[in-house]
Amino acid sequence: MEILKKYPKLFQWLFLLLVFFGLCFAIDVPETYKFIRGQAEFVKDPNQSTYIFLGKEVRYYAFDVFWRLPPLLGWLPIWINDSLFFLMNEWMPLEFWNEDTQEFKTRPLLLEVSRKLTFFMTFLIELIREILIGGINTIVTFTGWDWISDNPWAELPGLPWTIVTAGAVLLSYHLSGRGLALFAGLTMIYISIFGQWKPSMQTLSFILVAAPLSFMFGLGLGIAAFKNKRVEKALYPILLVMQTMPQYAVLVPAMVLFGVGDHAAVIITMVVAIPPMILLTILGLRAVPPEVIEAGKMSGCNNWQLMFKVLIPTARRDILIGVNQVIMVCFSMAVISAFIAAKGLGYNLLLALNRLDIGLALEAGLCISLIAILLDKMSLAWANKQEDYFGNLTFIQRNKNILFFVGTVIVGIVLAYIGTYLFKGTHNYLFEVPHNKGISTADFWNRGVDWIFDTFFVYIKAFNTWLIQDVLQPMRALYLRMPAIATIVLVVGAGYLIGGIRSALIVCGLTLFIALSPWWDRALVTTYMATFGVIVSCTIGFIVGTLSFQNKHTASFMLGVCDIFQTFPSFVYLIPVMMLFGITDTSVLIAVIVYATIPATRYTIEGLRSVPAGLHDAATMSGVNKFQRLTKIEFPLAFPHMMLGINQTIVFALFMVIIGAFIGTEDLGQYILKALSDKNGAGIGLTLGICVAFIALIFDNLIRSWVDKRKKHLGIA
Amino acid sequence: MSDAVIKCESVYKIFGVNAQKMLQEANGNVDAKTFQENGCIVGVNNASFEVAKGEMLVVMGLSGSGKSTLLRCISRLTEATGGKIFIEGQDLLQLNNKELIDLRRNKMGMVFQSFALLPHKTVVENIAFPLQIKGIKVEESISKAMEMVKLVGLGGRENYFPRELSGGQQQRVGIARSLAVEPDIWFLDEPFSALDPLIRKEMQDEFLRLQEQLKKTIMFITHDFDEALKLADRIAIMKDGLIEQLDTPAKIVLNPATEYVRKFTEEVPREKVLLIEDVMDKSTDSVGDLKVSKDEVIENVAEKILTQEKTVGVIDDKNNLIGSINPSKIINTVFGGRRNGN
Repeated sequence: MEILKKYPKLFQWLFLLLVFFGLCFAIDVPETYKFIRGQAEFVKDPNQSTYIFLGKEVRYYAFDVFWRLPPLLGWLPIWINDSLFFLMNEWMPLEFWNEDTQEFKTRPLLLEVSRKLTFFMTFLIELIREILIGGINTIVTFTGWDWISDNPWAELPGLPWTIVTAGAVLLSYHLSGRGLALFAGLTMIYISIFGQWKPSMQTLSFILVAAPLSFMFGLGLGIAAFKNKRVEKALYPILLVMQTMPQYAVLVPAMVLFGVGDHAAVIITMVVAIPPMILLTILGLRAVPPEVIEAGKMSGCNNWQLMFKVLIPTARRDILIGVNQVIMVCFSMAVISAFIAAKGLGYNLLLALNRLDIGLALEAGLCISLIAILLDKMSLAWANKQEDYFGNLTFIQRNKNILFFVGTVIVGIVLAYIGTYLFKGTHNYLFEVPHNKGISTADFWNRGVDWIFDTFFVYIKAFNTWLIQDVLQPMRALYLRMPAIATIVLVVGAGYLIGGIRSALIVCGLTLFIALSPWWDRALVTTYMATFGVIVSCTIGFIVGTLSFQNKHTASFMLGVCDIFQTFPSFVYLIPVMMLFGITDTSVLIAVIVYATIPATRYTIEGLRSVPAGLHDAATMSGVNKFQRLTKIEFPLAFPHMMLGINQTIVFALFMVIIGAFIGTEDLGQYILKALSDKNGAGIGLTLGICVAFIALIFDNLIRSWVDKRKKHLGIA
Repeated sequence: MSDAVIKCESVYKIFGVNAQKMLQEANGNVDAKTFQENGCIVGVNNASFEVAKGEMLVVMGLSGSGKSTLLRCISRLTEATGGKIFIEGQDLLQLNNKELIDLRRNKMGMVFQSFALLPHKTVVENIAFPLQIKGIKVEESISKAMEMVKLVGLGGRENYFPRELSGGQQQRVGIARSLAVEPDIWFLDEPFSALDPLIRKEMQDEFLRLQEQLKKTIMFITHDFDEALKLADRIAIMKDGLIEQLDTPAKIVLNPATEYVRKFTEEVPREKVLLIEDVMDKSTDSVGDLKVSKDEVIENVAEKILTQEKTVGVIDDKNNLIGSINPSKIINTVFGGRRNGN
């Protein structure tokens, strides 16, 4: 009894585990149960049970309700589909003037809006794309094909690569200095001579449209949420789900609404990129000191002046960090939206991966990563740049960068013009290096991959077999063996013990949604892969983080490495693992581990760093050695922050597991990928996406509640 | 008083959901404890006072005493829960948004504890900010701001950014900014509290010099009793939202109204606060040759008086003899009369 009173929490946890395992053993696997491999809910089978809800027939395999809950939410995807179809094709038919036929035509409102939006986006992308690489579509939009055929000279010539390169170098120099300028120059030259110019510029044009639009909407919504509590309350749950929703899943409904192509990709990228912008805007505006706001008010600002002359300039840095986030999301989406036929590097990467041409994939991937790093560093430099005073400079001093750029434009044009004589009959390399005429190292890499396979095949295979047979299969079997009711009891119990009744209810709701959807088994597989990835990542991350923390320089170096790795679009991680491990679950898991180790390491180092220096000194003065200091002082204090790292690790791992479906896994991701090519996929894709988001949110809720409590306990909230 | 620039009539500020309703039910009898039990926090409790034109009222209190809240009620940065506030006869709480902005643009200036400068603007741009907000053209506002830069002694640093200045310099910018629109009423919310002691003293002297020149109507907030004594025409001492005592520094030191006020006055060096007028006798019999002005601080003339054997005469500004002071009285004032000393 004494021990029970001393450690009440411990006994509560033991009791919870006891109940959990008790349930696991008490409930047998039904004889008819097997892991459903196909899309059983669409296949007619005499063994299936059916029910009808809201006029939708849902089929499912019935089991004991303790073993697997019936898919009572099975109607949801169908209902979403039908609603979308209804909205697009039947809702609110209005008369619209049709230019071509010169008459009014009846068309549903949403369809018309979608058409108009599509037209607008396509025009924007084309315009920027044609400034960068030339074309005639923009002119056609304003005139017509007849005019073009009458005037064959009418074409936007596009910028020679020399000018874009010079522009990038000058801008980097202006923002950050020589180092970044050098990097910008090398990147652009690399892109150019490796013949990746055209797809790179396509990707860039995509980002130049998506990022500013996301920024404007994000800023606007952020301001609205800051000014109005109700807007914020309404936005908050959407933001939460959007931040944890795998990007794949959003593609499907976008396809239904906007079709395939660059415009749909831009719109969907905006949907994904706006939430972080909103969050950072709110955060930045909140961080403005109240006295600055009061000073603004006392200066007689009206609301508009207060917002645009006081609040936003003061929150400048946070808002620009938001821009940085937006750009990163755009890059990530630039690759993923290749699935809905967005042109550019991502499309090439996807094609190469589909053909298992690792060399080409690697080149495209490297290109994306380089541009991503460049834009990341540039936007960060912009955010951190402090304004200088220009008042006492002359016109030339003030505008020397612009003047310099104008100079290079002229030189570039002249060079390109000379090029037309130099390279008569062949390609004008001073204008653009065509896609197939650049240097290519693809063969080299492919041979490298072959060599790795020839040399290490035995070992890789042995490792692969061991991992799959002795670790992954048993783990997977264990997860699938859990009766649904036991899982729910465990999760809800943990919620109650950590965060009280409120947390338990939230977690219960999230879990029930997944359990009542038709994909509980798949969700278990997703969770098992993510769990495996998270455990390994956290172990590696903690060890690497702790070790590199021992020295100031290694710590900064490690954080820098994390920064760079984090800028790679997630899809790029699949290239090297496919190179080494081929198409297996191991590849996916290794990608998951590499990707998820980034936040684990980063948060470990940051957590350890956040331990106050005074405590450090106090500990040293009481004569602890290094190891004691680590275990007795630093770990306990840094642990809440490290837990937030685990939270991030889980989100990252889930993302990668879902993307891993591209290689071929049997989890929720597989269905999402399938939904992409299914004309009724929208509902399924969205529901699956929500399921994945909810898995992340369950862990998020548990970890956050724990961290908040712990921080309060330590007095560092 | 007709020349009261600021006039407060039982101003209340109560934080909490049901503040308005609870205040009405309390019927002018607000007790902080009962309010707290009902989830409301009393910020300002029944504050009534007037500030005359050109007068400096210092509001003194420890943190949480409601002094900043009171100031924010009067500048209407927060809305008072009850009571009336008049600014030059205008009912402040009845003003609509536009009138309020007008008032702030033309009549009020405020200095903040954390300086509250705009980080993206230079010194001169920060000072010109209220002028530009008012709609004055950029060039005109900059030239006006340059005058202010010189006034607060920052000449040559006008193109610095706030991040490049020390705390004292930043606060000079804050002061210049609050004076840029030439307001009649000047609010200062613990302007020197974030500064080092030496800089603080320098800034206080500077501030007194400025006030000598400008003669604004001032409400000055501080938690430092010495600062209050040094600067104030009158001091209001606040505790838990209530004004415990409102009087001139000398009267507060001589006659503390409550136990709480007495604690502050105990350690005060009286010779630095009290004037001859405060301690002199009314009788003008048998005074010696030496005469001192009634407005002298005791400290400055104590040595002169103490070397006299005879009673010293006290004169007013017109050289009329209005009283006398005995050397022993000086000794009594400086060393005696304190509770610790007895």
